[in-house]
Amino acid sequence: MKYCYRRDAEGGAPYGKDENYNMKEINARFAGFGGQGILFLSKLVAYCGIIDGREVSTMPSYGPEMRGGTVNSSVRVSDTQIYSPIVDSPELLVVMNLPSYLKFIDTAAPGGTVVIDSSLVSEKTSRTDIDAHYIPATALANENGLQGLANIIMLGKILALTGFTTFETVEKAIKKAVPPSKSHLIEKNIEAVNLGYRM
Amino acid sequence: MSERVLMKGNEALAEAAILAGCRHFFGYPITPQTELAAYMSKRLPKVGGVFLQAESEIAAINMVQGAAAAGVRAMTSSSSPGISLKTEGISYMCGSNLPCVIVNIQRGGPGLGGIQPSQADYCQAVKAPGHGDLHILVSAPATVQEMVDLAGKAFDLADKYRMPAMILADGMLGQMMEPVVLPGEPAGPLPKKEWAASGHNNGRPKNIINSLYLDPYMLEESIKKRYERYKIIEENESLHENYLADDAEIVLVSYGATSRVAKAAINMARGKGIRAGLLRPLTLYPFPKKAVAEAAKTAKAFISVEMSMGQMVDDIRLACDCSVPVEFFGRTGGVIPNVDEILGFIEKTDRRYK
Amino acid sequence: MPSFKRPKALADVPTSYCPGCTHGVIHRLIAETIDELGIEGKTVGIAPVGCSVLAYNFFNCDMIQAPHGRAPAVATGVKRAIPDNVLFTYQGDGDLAAIGTAETVHAAARGENITVIFVNNAIYGMTGGQMAPTSLPEQVTQTSPYGRDIKSAGFPIKVCELLSTLDGVAYAERVAVDSVKNIRNAKKAVKKAFEAQIAEKGFSIVEIISSCPTNWGLTPVDALDWLRDNMLPYYPLGIYKDKTS
Repeated sequence: MKYCYRRDAEGGAPYGKDENYNMKEINARFAGFGGQGILFLSKLVAYCGIIDGREVSTMPSYGPEMRGGTVNSSVRVSDTQIYSPIVDSPELLVVMNLPSYLKFIDTAAPGGTVVIDSSLVSEKTSRTDIDAHYIPATALANENGLQGLANIIMLGKILALTGFTTFETVEKAIKKAVPPSKSHLIEKNIEAVNLGYRM
Repeated sequence: MSERVLMKGNEALAEAAILAGCRHFFGYPITPQTELAAYMSKRLPKVGGVFLQAESEIAAINMVQGAAAAGVRAMTSSSSPGISLKTEGISYMCGSNLPCVIVNIQRGGPGLGGIQPSQADYCQAVKAPGHGDLHILVSAPATVQEMVDLAGKAFDLADKYRMPAMILADGMLGQMMEPVVLPGEPAGPLPKKEWAASGHNNGRPKNIINSLYLDPYMLEESIKKRYERYKIIEENESLHENYLADDAEIVLVSYGATSRVAKAAINMARGKGIRAGLLRPLTLYPFPKKAVAEAAKTAKAFISVEMSMGQMVDDIRLACDCSVPVEFFGRTGGVIPNVDEILGFIEKTDRRYK
Repeated sequence: MPSFKRPKALADVPTSYCPGCTHGVIHRLIAETIDELGIEGKTVGIAPVGCSVLAYNFFNCDMIQAPHGRAPAVATGVKRAIPDNVLFTYQGDGDLAAIGTAETVHAAARGENITVIFVNNAIYGMTGGQMAPTSLPEQVTQTSPYGRDIKSAGFPIKVCELLSTLDGVAYAERVAVDSVKNIRNAKKAVKKAFEAQIAEKGFSIVEIISSCPTNWGLTPVDALDWLRDNMLPYYPLGIYKDKTS
């Protein structure tokens, strides 16, 4: 019987990593409207973890199917076995619409990082124990010919804020995750990461 | 090593079934298992298989029964309310000595209940998955990888013992994505089924697939024979994981998705100097009785941690012959216990049995 | 002079049917058909729950005993697994038109390439004569002791008429086994239904109006008269669907 828990048994540094290995872990919740690519964003972050040889999990919220409903996803990237895939108090919270902001802003872990799409969320948090970033991701996407890629702009910002992986890995993850029928979008995706990274 | 791919539990299980040689899937839509059927509907036609959406759960399990009787590896999947409907077919298949794999991606009950993850079908799966004297093999994966590994095993054991096997998972395992390594090669030649009702081709006496015995002595005999097989299964087929349980004073017994949270709580308890450990059944029937009895030698108390109202507690008590108190912590109705509350209960139990 | 021999596909065992019951005749028609088509080796029969539950003992082809009403679903599973084989279900009225209505209708709607032999004797026989979905208005049974009251129990289901509206049905015929002439017609229908399946035309069903002397409380001969006088007017014989040509 194989276990994905093998690293615990073996101990030590993750596969292929030396002792100086120092990538950040991700314990995140991403939330927004259906159609904003919340699940795709989750998948990309998870792919990055896989490419880096780490443990990952994503767990979407699920419920009765409803157009325009909110969707959220727990995402973990770790160098050790992941126990619960559900992130109740995220160290990284990305919210891309107002209902998600209202629902999750209080759940962010103290000292955590919150990224808010300020094109769609006009409120500002009064919490002083979190590091809040307001990025007009949707507006930026529209202004830069990157319609529908606000989620990827957010990925760039996550990368810049957390350093959970490298830019090269993100690029590989995009190439892996974008379906062949949409391969012409790979460049746009990478552009969006860059844009978010610089914000 | 084969490539690690990111897959949803439901889809990984489906692919694993195909790799195990399953080419016949019969199902009915229900949350949170729908992705499994959807995956099958996409993949099976490409590998020469049959996906059929039945008119009901009842029809689906009976189609599985027909396909299994014809000698192929067949499967159905559902979630709790749907499994209740399948119990008739499961009982007939037990009585007719037919192998198949049934997946239960559990959700909260009773009734329509809810759609969030639950483990409240434990007793149904382990004690009474249908009417009559019977058992089915029940395995409980805790990771997407185990959804894959245990699916292959379920088909093999179902064929070996000629009985249904159930994979008892839950909404969390079905919906979450994790990296998995799929078997590199599809299953080799599948076991020959001389007993199948697939046409005798005028070359052998006719085969009858049947669960009816009007003579009670003959029925009793057939059941006793089946229970001989169950004895062999109980002796040989139980699987469990021992996580820090060897020297544990507080031994958590937890399976499936809940066991993941329990592990995190155990790590934190260890950090606080509490000798906590986990016995994680990977098979619920057969229940890992010996492992529980062994752990009882060092344990001051067991804690059954479940997403139910404590359906597994009695099995732990029986396995340790009530030699050690068995406490219970659980959430139900679709609520997933969190690490802090399990840790709190470990601490409380530790103080109580100091 | 033609000799009267047991068809090869019919097992040489005593059946479990009451004296005067027409199940035996119907079994024979199926067995003759299997013999004539030379398909015993690749035929799989599905026995129902009801009087004919033991049908698995009476045919020499491979047999499966299905849960009550589920024979069309079980047959579907078998057929999808081994599509080159010939599948028939043998079902009574309670099995097919009450507890198994959904399985029947959907197998027909899918055009499942199987043959259903439906024995309609307007009563639950095995359990001792209760009202069936096909019991006639005013018919006295154990559970309609004052006669079937249509205000409460509703109307009988006319299976051939119902199924003939479905596009998946290739062949639907209602026959009876009350007279030599009708039995000869029934044989033709059974054979045609099997042939439809072999030609992959889709779902075929033969509804056979049959008698139950025991539970009707009549002698075998009187039962056949009762069948002619009461059932045939309500259940007209004939071909309801034929897409085989």
